[in-house]
Amino acid sequence: MIITKGKPIDEILKYLEGAKEIFIAGCAQCATVCKTGGEDEVKKMKELLEEHGKNVVAIEVWDPPCHLLEVKKRARENKAALDKADVILSMSCGDGCFTIFHGTGKKVIPATDTLFLGEAERAGHFAEVCSLCGECTLFMTGGYCPNTFCPKGLQNGPCGGVKDGKCEVSPDIDCGWLLIYNRLKDLGELDKMKKVHPPKDHSKSIKPRKVVVNAVKSRI
Amino acid sequence: MTLKEKIKNKKFIITSEIGPPKGIDAKVILEEGLLLKDRVDAINVTDSQSAVMRLGSLAVSRLLKEEGIEPIYQLTCRDRNRIALQSDALSAAALGIENILVLTGDHPSRGDHPEAKPVFDLDSVQLIEALRRLEGGKDMAGKELKGAPKFCVGAVVNPGADPLEPELIKFEKKLKAGAEFFQTQGVYDVNGFAKFIDRVKGYNTCVIAGIILIKSADMARFMNKNVAGIFIPDDIIKEVDGATDKQEKAVEIAARTIKELKGLAQGVHIMSLGWNRLVPRILDKAGL
Repeated sequence: MIITKGKPIDEILKYLEGAKEIFIAGCAQCATVCKTGGEDEVKKMKELLEEHGKNVVAIEVWDPPCHLLEVKKRARENKAALDKADVILSMSCGDGCFTIFHGTGKKVIPATDTLFLGEAERAGHFAEVCSLCGECTLFMTGGYCPNTFCPKGLQNGPCGGVKDGKCEVSPDIDCGWLLIYNRLKDLGELDKMKKVHPPKDHSKSIKPRKVVVNAVKSRI
Repeated sequence: MTLKEKIKNKKFIITSEIGPPKGIDAKVILEEGLLLKDRVDAINVTDSQSAVMRLGSLAVSRLLKEEGIEPIYQLTCRDRNRIALQSDALSAAALGIENILVLTGDHPSRGDHPEAKPVFDLDSVQLIEALRRLEGGKDMAGKELKGAPKFCVGAVVNPGADPLEPELIKFEKKLKAGAEFFQTQGVYDVNGFAKFIDRVKGYNTCVIAGIILIKSADMARFMNKNVAGIFIPDDIIKEVDGATDKQEKAVEIAARTIKELKGLAQGVHIMSLGWNRLVPRILDKAGL
């Protein structure tokens, strides 16, 4: 899931300076779970903007706004409101924000900051677990990603900064390599940690990446 | 005899450490270096230690060399990708610097430029492998070098790591990658260190025990609380607290620890934290 955090209203108002007619677009998926762009948040945003003298032409929650065809379809349905709008306020992740611009051609302002790809641990608790590196090695590390759980992304074990099981970066962060070590020990797979792992291949994550899936081939 | 030869011949190694200044005025540290010149085998030059931006370790290593002092160029993975790391290692060799101590490096968020991008393109194990590869006349991409360097490659190990096993796994990987010597985190608990040596003596490698001068009881308590792998026993803290002459006490404790470590480690690495002028007295007292 893509984890987002709502921007402070003052920051949003600054970006909306000069815009009068606002179209608000939320997200029925990740941003709904993160409570940054679901039905409730979109309605609340409408009230806030109206308090600050804006006119909200429509509030919509798209499912999802990161899907270009969905955005185009919704844009056709909402043509009148969109034509009237000076700007769309995107209450979804950066991906949604881009796709809304791409699918509508309108000026789009982000209402959130996009933080990371993570696990919803429980309501309101999200943890970063994957760095989208393009070469998954979780089978070697007991399921904990060293590129994500270790702030240095070390591949071959802990650094000298572990104190009481915590990372030198913050006492709130468990040492990723101790998590890996304990998990591999439980699995009886410490030999995987003893192997020297090669440097990451960063050519696999040169941006912007693009994927074309052959639907027939992918099933084979 | 170079450091490399001394290590190979199982000589007792004495090293010290210099932290480059923030700025280009290297006069004070060169004076410190000259003070230690005839007493130590080599002097480590730290690489923007604690992620605080300073004069480069390569430049200061070369300045020491020009004074006839053998430097140990500390090279961290913190700020350079694999192109820069290999290039800097070649630069060191071209400047006549043979000894390289490979470290991960502190996270930039701990230093004075916390907004900096952390690099860590290689880790310490991979960097040791890369240096060995350069010696073989090829770079990490397999391309031939015109003139291959020769290094004496060191690494670090923390005997006080808790738990110790993951640290030992990494130690073994560093050894396998080609580390010739290890400098350790500061040792105060000699019994604990003896247990560590017991675990690693089968590897038959050169372990140089770290000595960090204790400047005050507050500093000792701070290190116990905040520095990974440091354990300063209570009786030492009391001893420092009760001393009227703190420098003399620091000398006494360091000399005593060195004496106790002599039979356990193949050398000592004295980190004086700015009190390098005390190092000759420590060595006198320790009988070195």
